[in-house]
Amino acid sequence: MEAVLFIIFGAVSLAGAIAMVTAKNPVYAALGLMATLFSLAVFYIVNLAHLVAAVQVIVYAGAVMTLFLFVIMLIGVDRSEDTSETLRFQRPLVLIVGAGVVGLAVAAVVADEWSWTPLAPGGVEAPNGTMAAVAEQLFSVWALPFEAVSLLLIVASIGAIALAFFAPSRRRKEKSDA
Amino acid sequence: MPDVDPSWYMGLAAVLFVIGAAGLLTRRNALIMFMSVELMLNAVNLTFVAAGRAYGVLDGQLAVFFVLVVAAAEVVVGLAIIVAVFHTRTTANVDALSEMKG
Repeated sequence: MEAVLFIIFGAVSLAGAIAMVTAKNPVYAALGLMATLFSLAVFYIVNLAHLVAAVQVIVYAGAVMTLFLFVIMLIGVDRSEDTSETLRFQRPLVLIVGAGVVGLAVAAVVADEWSWTPLAPGGVEAPNGTMAAVAEQLFSVWALPFEAVSLLLIVASIGAIALAFFAPSRRRKEKSDA
Repeated sequence: MPDVDPSWYMGLAAVLFVIGAAGLLTRRNALIMFMSVELMLNAVNLTFVAAGRAYGVLDGQLAVFFVLVVAAAEVVVGLAIIVAVFHTRTTANVDALSEMKG
């Protein structure tokens, strides 16, 4: 059962990722990424990470991708991208290096001698990531990182507001100077 | 059907990560480069969850939350910068930003 899910949603996530990287139109790229994010949420549920899966759908596939689509609409989608290569042989080199890195990583993960799985004690039970279990850890062991990321979020939102509010007035001043 | 090992997810995550890295290196639309970064972060999240399952600890899933928050903050600031650049240059192509002028 899990193998069937892995094959189906693994194929969907790979297809979405490749569609995202190759799509000319940013809207199609966003839709491809959305397919990948949803199939990753399925993998999280299969791995008993229930809360992570819910957050993945709500925050990533919902909020973040909506923000992306919003900016794509704001910037305009019918602008065709310049696809000429600035650096010579950039794409063939990326393909070769990418294939090499994938080969190495998959070999390191899958090969018997290098497998990392023997490090883990055999037959451990998968942790059940319910909201209660995650919250208990989050507000005890991980309390300091939790406060740190809340600070980070405040700084990020202030930065975004500052970029949105103060940049236009500076440009107007420059125009009036010129 | 064979049992799905956590290493299967690690292999899939490695492939997704490299696809994201390739997109970041080859595309020049700033928005699609950003989406590639998001894809790379998501691939790492999948390895966190898979490794947490293999070791039977919850910490992998907690690490995912922190990656998620950092990614959300990055998207907010990054998209604000893209919009600000677009207002001055009317392009989202990163090659158009090759000169330094305040």
